[in-house]
Amino acid sequence: MSTASHATNDATARRGKAPAGERVADWADGRLGIYSLAKANMRKIFPDHWSFMLGEVALYSFMIIILTGVYLTLFFHPSMQDVTYSGPYVPLQGIRMSEAYASTMNISFEVRGGLLIRQIHHWAAIVFIAAMLVHMMRVFFTGAFRKPREINWLFGFLLLVLGMFTGFTGYSLPDDLLSGTGVRFMEGAILSMPIVGTYLSMFLFGGEFPGHDFVARFYTIHILLLPGIMAGLLVAHLILVFYHKHTQFPGAGRTEKNVVGMPLLPVYMAKAGGFFFLVFGVIAAMAALASINPIWEYGPYRPDQVSTGAQPDWYMGFSEGLIRAMPGWEINFLGHTLQLGVFLPLMIFPLVLAAIAVYPFIESWVTGDTREHHILDRPRNHPVRTGVGTAWIAWYMVLLLGGGNDIVATHFHLSINAVTWFVRIGFFVLPLLTFIATKRICLGLQRRDKDKVLHGRETGVIKRLPHGEFIEVHEPLSQEKLYTLTQHEQPKPIEVGPEVDENGVQRKIGTMTKVRAKLSQGFYGEGSQIPKPTAEEHVEITSGHGHH
Amino acid sequence: MSSQPGSHEDMSEEKFPERAHKHEGTVAVAESPFADPGLPPHEPRRQDIDERAAKRSERTVALLFTVSMLATIGFIASYVIFPIDKIVYIFPFGHVSALNFALGLTLGLALFCIGAGAVHWARTLMSDEEMPSERHPIEAEPEVKAQVLADFKQGAKESQLGRRKLIRNTMFGALAMVPLSGLVLLRDLGPLPENKLRHTAWRNGLQLINMNTNQPLRPEDIQVGSLTFAQPQGFSEGDPNYQSELAKAALMLVRLHPQDIKDKRELDWSHDGIVAFSKICTHVGCPISLYEQQTHHVLCPCHQSTFDLSDGGRVIFGPAGHALPQLQIGVNAQGNLEALGDFTEPVGPSFWERG
Amino acid sequence: MKKLSARRRHPLAALVVLFCALAATGGLYAAFAPAEKAQADSSQSLAIEEGKRLYAVGCATCHALNGQGTSVGPSLIGVGSAAVDFQVGTGRMPAQQPGAQIPRKKRIYSQTQIDQIAAYIASLGPGPSIPTKDQYSPDGADIANGGQLFRTNCAQCHNASGKGGALSNGKFAPTLDGIPPKYIYEAMLTGPQNMPSFPDSVMPPKEKKDIVAYLNKIDTSSSPSEGGLELGGLGPVSEGLFGWIFGLGAMIAVAVWVAARTTKARKS
Repeated sequence: MSTASHATNDATARRGKAPAGERVADWADGRLGIYSLAKANMRKIFPDHWSFMLGEVALYSFMIIILTGVYLTLFFHPSMQDVTYSGPYVPLQGIRMSEAYASTMNISFEVRGGLLIRQIHHWAAIVFIAAMLVHMMRVFFTGAFRKPREINWLFGFLLLVLGMFTGFTGYSLPDDLLSGTGVRFMEGAILSMPIVGTYLSMFLFGGEFPGHDFVARFYTIHILLLPGIMAGLLVAHLILVFYHKHTQFPGAGRTEKNVVGMPLLPVYMAKAGGFFFLVFGVIAAMAALASINPIWEYGPYRPDQVSTGAQPDWYMGFSEGLIRAMPGWEINFLGHTLQLGVFLPLMIFPLVLAAIAVYPFIESWVTGDTREHHILDRPRNHPVRTGVGTAWIAWYMVLLLGGGNDIVATHFHLSINAVTWFVRIGFFVLPLLTFIATKRICLGLQRRDKDKVLHGRETGVIKRLPHGEFIEVHEPLSQEKLYTLTQHEQPKPIEVGPEVDENGVQRKIGTMTKVRAKLSQGFYGEGSQIPKPTAEEHVEITSGHGHH
Repeated sequence: MSSQPGSHEDMSEEKFPERAHKHEGTVAVAESPFADPGLPPHEPRRQDIDERAAKRSERTVALLFTVSMLATIGFIASYVIFPIDKIVYIFPFGHVSALNFALGLTLGLALFCIGAGAVHWARTLMSDEEMPSERHPIEAEPEVKAQVLADFKQGAKESQLGRRKLIRNTMFGALAMVPLSGLVLLRDLGPLPENKLRHTAWRNGLQLINMNTNQPLRPEDIQVGSLTFAQPQGFSEGDPNYQSELAKAALMLVRLHPQDIKDKRELDWSHDGIVAFSKICTHVGCPISLYEQQTHHVLCPCHQSTFDLSDGGRVIFGPAGHALPQLQIGVNAQGNLEALGDFTEPVGPSFWERG
Repeated sequence: MKKLSARRRHPLAALVVLFCALAATGGLYAAFAPAEKAQADSSQSLAIEEGKRLYAVGCATCHALNGQGTSVGPSLIGVGSAAVDFQVGTGRMPAQQPGAQIPRKKRIYSQTQIDQIAAYIASLGPGPSIPTKDQYSPDGADIANGGQLFRTNCAQCHNASGKGGALSNGKFAPTLDGIPPKYIYEAMLTGPQNMPSFPDSVMPPKEKKDIVAYLNKIDTSSSPSEGGLELGGLGPVSEGLFGWIFGLGAMIAVAVWVAARTTKARKS
């Protein structure tokens, strides 16, 4: 005890001399406990890989959106009050429009830098959701969603979905001809819902479409409700990333029990902090160089006007594709109408998203794996997962193509009807073909890995042997390479076991068990992985090579 | 730069470390050819062993930060100098706003250079030695788990929630009911649908007003192959409900040769080959008016529903579920076109109560 | 069509063109003069004669010898000179092949020859005549009103900034970018191919002038695109592509640099 008290006295004695920064930190520590927090996190190790920074792109775009969004709220009037434009943009002078549109015109043409901030805000939104999707694909294909990260996968997924709707409510605010068309579509989609549709529509628009309320209501949803939820989810997402520690790619010295990389202070402070500025810089440059959502070209919204090429922003494009590809189908019965031509795509829309979101849980159920995983998979070593991922991407892409079918038709000189039919068929066929092709490519890559491990790297050097035979010199792989190519596990499929036990009694096997065994066979059966080379094979072959 | 003494070409060989021999003393190698060789030893960068290279990095970082400062000054200068309405031609971007272009590029440069400086600093001067950090299983130790479960049981027991079912049930009831207040409060978000979607502003005797000229339309105005849009007499852009009413009442007029009209009702509701159809798509309500005068098809630009105006507005392609509603028209005493009633079915997208 | 281009290399072709040009010098005035007065004019009848000859060579195969039309080409009686000036002037006619949509291409007749054919077609029956410069010149027009009219009548097919769009079964509404005002005006007046017409009875000449002026303001090579690259004026599809390719592409390029190993000092 005496040493402890001595130390305290010593500290007290030094207090007067401590540098200012330390004194501030002491003060904060006494109230927030920052030293224990910093002990765990200041030198936290993060692995380096470019694909680990995709999530950062999304994070920083989100921060840029918040920053520029706050600026825009200073000038934007979320009102549908009817006004007559008298600003500097000649082609709209004297035209009646909503105050929301007029104030967006004001931001674009009268507030210095307003156009730039608007464009940064919108470009950042485009990049934000693209980055989230690509980040999600990285997590998917490397199996980073496995235990313990399933919940964080869901947080990320929710962020993606909320991001889409925040974007939708955002680009609807200027009340221009293009976005108004999108809102009109939304009204039609809501109306198609059985029983509650008309009520929901009346409540959302405060009466009949377009009414006088939706801009103000979307505004609250866009700037408060959705971003608030997103900010919460984002913080939770980041806390979990810190708590779980980052995953890492397989390699020498990297195990399930460690994480290899560089410390947060100083390397990642500088790299991640610097990356924020890099992302911001790129987006600012985009806003300087490329126009986005020039609402003055579309004109103010009027429900009797429309412009062809009426598309939502890209992230809503796949739902647009669903709607465009769906054939007309309407059922009338007992004085009611079921507008399946709209309602069915409306229901498939969340399913497309959910299909990728639930995959981690299906995989963990099939494999029955309850261990933690921190070493990432190389996509080729999980052909079924990789196949499912690319099939989903193909599904998504064909719908995205459908969402732009008119632009595709005019720019490739095709018939819009033909493009629509392509999407209708492709919706079912393309994911299947992509799955098969991807799986085969993965297996091919596994074979190549095996070849490389056993026979070494092809050097391209041709040697002539004394008896005249030509051979290509194969260079053996380094120890690191050998380890990287062979470290992965190859799970065995689950067996149901015999239908009849040793006493000849019928065993009861549930349907789910059978399904699970079937799926497991599909995931890890003979057709789904190439047995990786064993050490014995390697020894045998390398010693055999010596005889040449 | 390379001509200066001290550039990397003439760096003395001795400064380079010998390339480390790998896997030295790792036991695993002997066991299996695929064993983990362990982390490779750290290799220094040029900046780690050559102070001149490090100095060069330092100068690069400082230069980047300086460029950023200059760019910020440029940003402020652009803000002051360029009038907001100045348009300049810049290849290949076109005739762009000088202010937007200058502000965006200077801001982008100012930000990018800060980032590039920080990253270059981290990459070349901060230690790049990779180090492992232990992971610990996330699941709690069994003792901890047992302790927590025991604590929970104790707490639950002390609350007597399990024993006093009356409290439990009424509490759940109260908690389940209280959000209903919030739900009820949402009622005044809007009116009930009632018959609002079933009717439009069209009435018997209302003249068809040309959207372009705001004048009543006469049958002889409308030629075969032309396309005209109309709204009901008495509409004015200043009306508070103009948009909502127009969203249902918008009308398109085309003239066909009466012998081209295939649908009998369409012919009956036309006037001298002039047919009036709702401009609002029956799919989700886009204004549908991409009229092809040779085929008499109208296409919706939003989702490509295609309707045949010579056949009762029948759907021939796309996601729409039913034909385009037609308005029965005639001619009044002044010789102007007039509506002979409202649409007989709801216009626009289908809804549950439509029937 | 093919026939004409084949005959262009005929030894007598130069002579014919020379003759046409000579005839046109007189005919040009007549073409701009009001139609009724011109009909009595002898130079106008000369132009009609010349036009009839050109018609017989280049057009009659599809539209029949007296313009009454065949199964592949519609009747030209009553289409007026404006239709001829538009169709031939923009190179759509003579068509390479009959089809749902005859695209714009390099025109093969001189303006004089076009005026002669137009005069001949106008003589077949009354129809809209070629607008005068005063009618389609953007001077003194109400641009904002033109914009409103454009969004009501035109944007549904040609896109809000006149970039064109798709129609059913491979047909399309062409871009209006860089199309001379006269042809825009004539297209509205005559409704070429599948485009509906907007005759003066429902869209008075003043309104057509406004629309032309609006397009002249927003859809020429010197129209401003305040925010930077116009990206084709196609809206969210091209914006999304740009965002993915250049935006996310740049981000990934930067990320690769940030995460890449710095070169090691190594003996080579």
